[in-house]
Amino acid sequence: MKITKFFVNAALALVLPAALGAQQADQAAPAAKPNPHMESHVGDVTGHSEAGANLYYRYCWGCHGARGDGNGENAQWINPLPRNFVAAVFKCRSTITGFLPTDEDLYDSIYRGFITSNMPSWKALTTQNRADLVAFIKTFSARWVSEKPGEPIKVPEEPKVTLESIKHGKELFTKLECWKCHGPEGRGDGPSASTLTDSNDQPIKPYNFYTGYRFKCGATNHDLYKIFITGVDGTPMPSFADVIKPEEAWDLVHYLRTLQIWHPSPELALWESTPEGSAVVKAERVRNTDTGSGIHP
Amino acid sequence: MQRFLSQRLACHAARLGTTLLFSLVLLAVCLVDCRPAQGIPAFARKYGLPCSACHESWPMLTWFGQQFKDNGYQLGNDRDAPIFQNPAYWPATFRITPFWSRESNNKTQVDGPAGFAANEAQVTTNGFNWTGLDFHTAGTLAKNFSFYVLPSSDEFGSFHFESVWARVDNIAGSPWLNIKLGKFELDNLLSEKRILTLNSVGSQYWNYHFQPMSAPGVPENLYADGIGDNQVGLEWMGHSADDRTRVSAALLTASDGNPDVPFASAYEGFFTASQGFQVGSLGVQRIGGFAYLGQAPTYYQYNLTTVSTVGTDSVNGNSVTSTSVAPIPGTGTGLKGFQRYGLIGVWYIKNFDITTMYFRGHDSAWLGTNTPALPGTLLPAGAHAPTWNGGLFESHYVFSPQFILINRYELVRMSQQAFSTNPGNLGNLDTLTFGFRYNPFMNSRAGMAYFGEYGIIWQKGTSPVTASNMTTNSLVFGIDFDF
Repeated sequence: MKITKFFVNAALALVLPAALGAQQADQAAPAAKPNPHMESHVGDVTGHSEAGANLYYRYCWGCHGARGDGNGENAQWINPLPRNFVAAVFKCRSTITGFLPTDEDLYDSIYRGFITSNMPSWKALTTQNRADLVAFIKTFSARWVSEKPGEPIKVPEEPKVTLESIKHGKELFTKLECWKCHGPEGRGDGPSASTLTDSNDQPIKPYNFYTGYRFKCGATNHDLYKIFITGVDGTPMPSFADVIKPEEAWDLVHYLRTLQIWHPSPELALWESTPEGSAVVKAERVRNTDTGSGIHP
Repeated sequence: MQRFLSQRLACHAARLGTTLLFSLVLLAVCLVDCRPAQGIPAFARKYGLPCSACHESWPMLTWFGQQFKDNGYQLGNDRDAPIFQNPAYWPATFRITPFWSRESNNKTQVDGPAGFAANEAQVTTNGFNWTGLDFHTAGTLAKNFSFYVLPSSDEFGSFHFESVWARVDNIAGSPWLNIKLGKFELDNLLSEKRILTLNSVGSQYWNYHFQPMSAPGVPENLYADGIGDNQVGLEWMGHSADDRTRVSAALLTASDGNPDVPFASAYEGFFTASQGFQVGSLGVQRIGGFAYLGQAPTYYQYNLTTVSTVGTDSVNGNSVTSTSVAPIPGTGTGLKGFQRYGLIGVWYIKNFDITTMYFRGHDSAWLGTNTPALPGTLLPAGAHAPTWNGGLFESHYVFSPQFILINRYELVRMSQQAFSTNPGNLGNLDTLTFGFRYNPFMNSRAGMAYFGEYGIIWQKGTSPVTASNMTTNSLVFGIDFDF
């Protein structure tokens, strides 16, 4: 026993300093610094950070801040908070969770804007302008120097919408516990909803399918599929890439469309054509929560 | 040491003097009772965007700002309705402009040996002044319902309404269906309400306000400020989702934009269309055109004519009388037509942009010769329908969102005079304006710009007494701010 204790102590005595030394060596290693000269590549357009700087100063700094840290003068009034480009954690990506987005992902975000946030669509700008802005955004974080964007996920062709697909999606909605945040009827009022916070420790609301049509990262079924698989980094919405199969993700997409009862879709039409679906949708429509804001319902 | 100190002091004093002089120059400003529509910090406060997001420089719109305006002051991210704002939010903005100006005209009508107001002389004035107050309130009443109310005062505090309108946006979910009712800025690709210069010469687009001369020293009576000023009526406007294609048509009351009774029971039409397109890395270019068609009265019914003595001529001792007549409002009749057309291009080469305009105007010979179109009346001998062509070149260089250089040249050339006896160049004008605007800070709470401008206009045969060439110029420096 004593001998064992001796060897353990000796081993610790040898390993610990080595481990600490290695840690110190890691700390001493020069950290990557952001590169002030970045490019972006969107289709056949190349963006340049130098050109993007002026555009950023004209359009973006009020919210995202002069240093890109999401702490612009208006940040204190904005909910959700503006993106912090220094942290370089992005919600809308075509890449697997934890990876940097592609230039196209950032470009699409600028083009599309974000629903239910202060970020508008910048489609009035030119393609070159948006590409330049993407390049400039990448100058704020060393992640763009030390890491490469992930590979975009492959989205398989969407299968035909069927009643079976919708019903299976409904089962998955329960099985994967989506309802815990999004609520049983998709109204964003699940039992966990009030406890959720984002990466800034700010309270965050789950998506409300009942009132919403567009999603944060797009409006199509294709976009919704990507959200499941990539997750929404910086929020509690995880990636389901390792949890569900592609065909199951499509089933979930088809079911979620039926929760958007104020927005016609093939999925909703099919669901309403069944006695069960018709009863559910009817009942939900009666549960009106009109706010007077002009937003459905 | 003493010498060194005295050198330092002298240097310091010189630097102080230069600084003071520069400060005084900056603090000086322009006159101008004509103020353009403003950038509205109330919008910036609502959305947290800096002024520069919507304004190339205040109040000229960027394409993003144009899209925001076309979409009914909405960004489209479901935060547009007032319900999403803090209850303390008030969509209001005040704007006023103190300035110093020097104004000069080489042919001002003055008294003199030839009699009462029968001479011309150069008159130059300078001094400090301020504009009236603009009180902008604008925004959304609910999603897809927008409004704009702009009480505006003169420098004495007497208010009128520059804009009063409500708009239903995106009817049936279509950006092609937007209806506006009230008094509003005409939807023109080159809007005078977005003009960057404030000096008394360059605060308007002369092509929009040009009136031909009926005869030397006698201007045409037609009220022709329609395109430059806000008008009262109903407008349909439509645009593509990305705002690259824009069209509008407005039915306007034939009036000067003031409430109550119009000139006559007549209407005017204003039609525009424009298309934007992207040219590589140069930017979004846009071409468009407009047509302004209407009828104007050639005479009114009068309810009063008085001749009163207003003084005695100091030279010959004769009484000086004044005649006043009061047309009955809205009784304008003998309606005759006028047309204004324009082709506009807005060209961007990165930070440099130039706007070009070809303008064509045509008035009925009745209007051009100031002839009441009474039943049975004939036009005077040698009468023609005055016709003219105009052009505009306005360029800007945007060093940064805070600093812009401005240059504008306009010209008008008569192609047909109202009378064949008129000199061919009667009324022709050339005007040049250049200046700068510098915003010392940019935020979403308030706006402020130092500005300096010089404008000059040369016009042929328009002096009030001798009908000779007239030159007017204006130099202004000031601080334009809103909050």
